[in-house]
Amino acid sequence: MKYLDEYRDPQLAKSLIEALQTRDYKRGEIRLMEICGTHTVSIFRSGLRKLLPPQIRLISGPGCPVCVTANEDIDRAIWLAGQPGVILTTFGDLVRVPGSTSSLNVERSKGADVRIVYASLDALEIARQNPGREVVFIGIGFETTAPTIAAAIKQASMSGVNNFSVFSVHKVLPPAMRALLEAREVRLDGFLCPGHVSIVTGSGIYEEVVKNYGVPCVVTGFEPLDILQGISSAVELVESGRAEVVNMYRRVVTRDGNAAARKIMDEIFEPADSTWRGLGPIPGSGLGFRREWKNFDAVSRFSMPEIKVKEHPGCKCGEVLRGVMTPPECGLFRKVCNPQDPKGPCMVSGEGTCGAYHRYHQ
Amino acid sequence: MDQRLVQLDQGSGGRAMHELIDGLFISAFSNPLLAERNDSAVFEVKAGRLAITTDSYVVDPIFFPGGNIGSLAVHGTVNDLSMRGAKPLYITVGFILEEGLDFGDLEKIVYSMADAAREAGVQIISGDTKVVPRGKADKIFINTSGVGIVPSGIDIGGANARPGDAVLINGTVGDHGMAVLCKREGLALENEIKSDAAALNGLVGQMIEAYAGIRVLRDPTRGGVATTLNEIAEQSGVGIRLFEEEIPIREDVAGACEILGLDPLYVANEGKVLAIVPPDRSQDVLSAMKSHPLGRGARCIGEVVSNDPGRVFLRTRIGGHRLVDMLRGEQLPRIC
Repeated sequence: MKYLDEYRDPQLAKSLIEALQTRDYKRGEIRLMEICGTHTVSIFRSGLRKLLPPQIRLISGPGCPVCVTANEDIDRAIWLAGQPGVILTTFGDLVRVPGSTSSLNVERSKGADVRIVYASLDALEIARQNPGREVVFIGIGFETTAPTIAAAIKQASMSGVNNFSVFSVHKVLPPAMRALLEAREVRLDGFLCPGHVSIVTGSGIYEEVVKNYGVPCVVTGFEPLDILQGISSAVELVESGRAEVVNMYRRVVTRDGNAAARKIMDEIFEPADSTWRGLGPIPGSGLGFRREWKNFDAVSRFSMPEIKVKEHPGCKCGEVLRGVMTPPECGLFRKVCNPQDPKGPCMVSGEGTCGAYHRYHQ
Repeated sequence: MDQRLVQLDQGSGGRAMHELIDGLFISAFSNPLLAERNDSAVFEVKAGRLAITTDSYVVDPIFFPGGNIGSLAVHGTVNDLSMRGAKPLYITVGFILEEGLDFGDLEKIVYSMADAAREAGVQIISGDTKVVPRGKADKIFINTSGVGIVPSGIDIGGANARPGDAVLINGTVGDHGMAVLCKREGLALENEIKSDAAALNGLVGQMIEAYAGIRVLRDPTRGGVATTLNEIAEQSGVGIRLFEEEIPIREDVAGACEILGLDPLYVANEGKVLAIVPPDRSQDVLSAMKSHPLGRGARCIGEVVSNDPGRVFLRTRIGGHRLVDMLRGEQLPRIC
């Protein structure tokens, strides 16, 4: 099959695995964090974890946008869905994430108008078709999705769609990587950095992490072979004591990224403080609206009250997102928390670590 | 008025409804039992075992590449009977129509039901029509029930899989679900993905003729191959191991699944049958499948094992192993 099978070549994979299994490990266990949820899922789907030698430990990181969205932001989204005349539009996974007392799914069954869309432009179209209603889109995701949402906002402005706004819970990755390293809760020898984010940002964003913390960063794609090559490269860097940014996803990622995507993102958004589930508030880790675009900011358009946030007792999503705990170590996992009745977002999302363990791990 | 629309009184029991029944349904489905216009159809059966099944169809959109809600309603019920080794005979149909449905669309749907029934060799012998006010249903919902005869000596059921058995499928997985989803979401791909919806009774007949001791037949509709095999593993108290490289998936379906983040193993099929067969007879059944137009792409995709009862595993292309869980929640709503 075109474009896919060549990155799933069993022979090539086998030789890479053999090389990893037979090589000399001078430094003991090597701990690599795959930051991105899509990596986590791909690693589980290909059964890669069990093919690696015991010296390599993969730790899943905070790279699932739905998972790192703080409870207070879920509660705010639920509050927005309850406002008269509002149509709340969102990507699919978010509707099932439990907030303090409810979820968008539950609110929808009670009559709130919550609609799942596949793209931000679909939300804009709903706004065009419903001029008498307020259409709010939940802007969620990392640097990968933010430009497309910025484009929808710009288009709304150009075509005079005034009943459209975005509740931005976007996050950017480098501040979270810094926060993880600063916290020193878990020893990390290297990062496998997300290919999709890097397409937009360029591999250059990781240079600062490498420089300040001496932790190698390998940008890699999502097919089993991509990930294996990424792991091999990271192991090589760690073993030889070199802290560098290595781009193993050169077929789409450059050092400087996609200038047009970054430009539109910078035009609409600016860095803002943001609270991450598990990591807490991280300065400059979110994307807020620039002053000129505030009229498309749902937070400005609706005066949101203070919401008292309640975390689910026992839910260890925060620990899982920081890499200090694996899902099976959580007391709720598979007992009361499962994909049908999730207690935390890591079980809901298609990219969540708990969901991946539940679906693919014996 | 150029466009004819379904009116409320066409489901009211009065003259308008009779005109609809006579003018459309009886003429399209034309058979003596239906034409009797009695409250129920009465027919002779030979001594033996009857199979009976029912299913409701709410697919959105009602027309999709490779079929529509009407042909699907016939195929689905014919297939459910076939999966027990029954020879489908008769079908009943219940329509719930939304006021304002384009009458031309209704005609198209009804005539494709008639075609599907004719091709599958079944008769639609009883029916019912209701019309509900605009907004109380989405265009058209259809329920079909079916009866068939199970020949003596046939014992096909989900609890019969035994360790060592081979797992066969008659072709590519995920076509129907992706055809419906791409159509609904307006995903413009290079080539249109067509649903695989088809009546499987002909194919199944040929398989049973090759080997009457087939243990399990199941059509992997909602929840896809993964969910269906999990059901079988649970019912039979066995484990199932799949081989990723043997599972046939069309290139465009795989591509669309990648784009949307879906796993083709969980995407619905409407013209596929999973067969579980003792290993020494799997070649006979496989050859019989391949000699039928709906089974040309037949493959052995896995085996039944004794360890890990109730669970399904996949040996991946790169040699890893992973769990294949049952579908949780809805991957794609309203695909049938």
